Amino acid sequence: MSHFAIIAVSILFDGLAYAMFLFITSVGLSVTMGLMGFVNLAHGAFAMAGGYVVVSLTRSYGIDFVPSLLIAGVVIGLISIRFERRLYRQLYKATDLEQVLLTIGLAFMAIAAFTYFYGPIPKSVPLPDWLQGDVNLGFRSFPSYRAFLIAVGAVLIAVLWYAFEKTNVGAKIRAAVDNRRMAESVGINVDLLFTLTFALGSALAAMGGGLAIQLFGLTPSFAVLYLVLFLIVVAVGGMGSLKGTLLAALAIGIIDTAGKYAFPVAGNLFIYAITAIVLLIKPTGFFGRE
Amino acid sequence: MKILRWAGLAALALSLGGVAQAETIKIGVVLPFSGANADLGHQIDKAFDLYVKLHAKDILPNKVEIIKRDEGPPTGAQAKTVTTELITNDKVQILTGFVFSPSAIALAPVVTQAKVPMVIANAGTAWITNLSPYYARLSFSMWHTGFPMGSYAFKDIGCKTAAVAYTDFPPGKDSVEAFRTGFEKAGGKVTLSIPMGSPVQVPDFTPFFQRIKDAKPDCMYVFIPSGAHATGVMKAYGELGLRKAGVKLIGPMDLVPDNKLQDMGDAAIGTIVMSHYAVDLENAANKAFNKEWHQAYGKESYPDFMSAQGWDTMHAIFDTIKKLNGNVSDGSKVIAALKGWSADGPRGHVVIDPDTRDVVQDEHAMEIYRKADGKLGEKVVGTIPQVKDECKVLKIGRCGS
Repeated sequence: MSHFAIIAVSILFDGLAYAMFLFITSVGLSVTMGLMGFVNLAHGAFAMAGGYVVVSLTRSYGIDFVPSLLIAGVVIGLISIRFERRLYRQLYKATDLEQVLLTIGLAFMAIAAFTYFYGPIPKSVPLPDWLQGDVNLGFRSFPSYRAFLIAVGAVLIAVLWYAFEKTNVGAKIRAAVDNRRMAESVGINVDLLFTLTFALGSALAAMGGGLAIQLFGLTPSFAVLYLVLFLIVVAVGGMGSLKGTLLAALAIGIIDTAGKYAFPVAGNLFIYAITAIVLLIKPTGFFGRE
Repeated sequence: MKILRWAGLAALALSLGGVAQAETIKIGVVLPFSGANADLGHQIDKAFDLYVKLHAKDILPNKVEIIKRDEGPPTGAQAKTVTTELITNDKVQILTGFVFSPSAIALAPVVTQAKVPMVIANAGTAWITNLSPYYARLSFSMWHTGFPMGSYAFKDIGCKTAAVAYTDFPPGKDSVEAFRTGFEKAGGKVTLSIPMGSPVQVPDFTPFFQRIKDAKPDCMYVFIPSGAHATGVMKAYGELGLRKAGVKLIGPMDLVPDNKLQDMGDAAIGTIVMSHYAVDLENAANKAFNKEWHQAYGKESYPDFMSAQGWDTMHAIFDTIKKLNGNVSDGSKVIAALKGWSADGPRGHVVIDPDTRDVVQDEHAMEIYRKADGKLGEKVVGTIPQVKDECKVLKIGRCGS
């Protein structure tokens, strides 16, 4: 294989892994924004909390990394239901500003609380042996963890796609995103649906947070540091669209990785350039509705 | 009315002046307590608190009152706001802390105008001390570590070519420039230079390091702020198998801060850094410092180079208060008293160079290895005694002005 092709494959691989992280963490945000028009800036806080659940489970209880990820998803998903019922529900009809103030406040409170209990020093997780080393594909070797990230992403995409496109609940969610009042008037319980998707989105975010530890290390400020990135993915993909979020995550993940590799001097230019161009041409994002 | 008030103030001043009286000296501490680099603030703050707790009796009958503020992100804006408030509202007499170079750079005009001395406990961009006559620095300049690392990498580690990668803000550029100058003077060649994004957010380091791996240099010199970035660098370096590919990881001590070292795992073994401090550094003051630290903060908490700087910084401030009998209202007198200050701290012998108000200290090349007890440790493999900031010695760029 030519030198150029090898580099292209390696960029694609790294970019894909990065894109999977972006997708897993952002998809919940996209669906809640699409479904309820609710601006949940505390989404990153659920991801961060999930990361810390993984840290505690693996380090204090000796549970393996992969089961810890699943447990973190379930735990945070359940906790998020509580938040949704108690707090978020009150503000569904409120203005964007009020929603933003509530949720960013929650994010800051989460940061302070986790700093209190876990301290500000970045945490890492012990990985099983099979996730450490690298996979050798002959012409180049790739870190196993990134391959794992891509695999997890692929599985989740398949499951979500199936749930959204082929199941009754999925059809109801799509109907509610399209036209909430019509969906309600034909007897779909949109409230319950929203609680469900909110919990699912938070659970995915929690797993994303757990998966991100190996990429960035985990500090409490994870809750807001990467939030802009998640919001960009949602905006570029179009709110409420699974396909859009996936496409946006892939575009941003791969183009950003390629940019960093080939033109590191450009910094974050690539991410912002994609965002600006897409939104100029299509203000609602790839698959957003007018 | 106005005249009356002035007269009253003058009378008050007269009645207070000349009488030896116990003063409460207000010290403003500005450190990052939030954001990706919050732990850096805590590392220094813990050292400050520890010093004040153990040595408050040394300055009796005077007392200090510490007022802490959040330095915020490494952009300097919030630091400027809170420090200005400390000066104008809280009337602090001495400022200290300051982890990030942008903070110190932004504050120079404020401090100069207010004539409040500022003892920098970290911010390491070389030319910072030239910005205000009220600055003194007890931490380091990027050139303390970068410049000697350049010649050490070529002569002792045996690197003929090197890639440099840095977080894209003033100290990053400075550190890399220092390394390049030292490395090329010794005969090496820097083949690749990669800026790695802003200090605010830890990036995915993989594409940067992949690029370095493909360029196949003998060494990679990496500067990142020693907070969450350090952990990220080590993960990416380990994951990509760079050591196996023959690319040695070198840099300033920010790569392997003591408080994060144990978490870094095998990827860190073999990393060589130029540093003025490590927990394992052998001297009496460091032994005592570590003992006090563990007693105060527990066995699992480690001081790091920033903590050592914090300790020496507070030491210098206390010595100055003692020397001036608590009369620190004149900023220029405080700076004059700080010039030439020296002591044996956790880092070994440190001096404030009276000409530059910058620190002079030993630098050690340290290699990360697995200790007999299974923990990671730093082994001193070379020492360069009493290093001055080479940037100001050579008068390079803004260091010359």
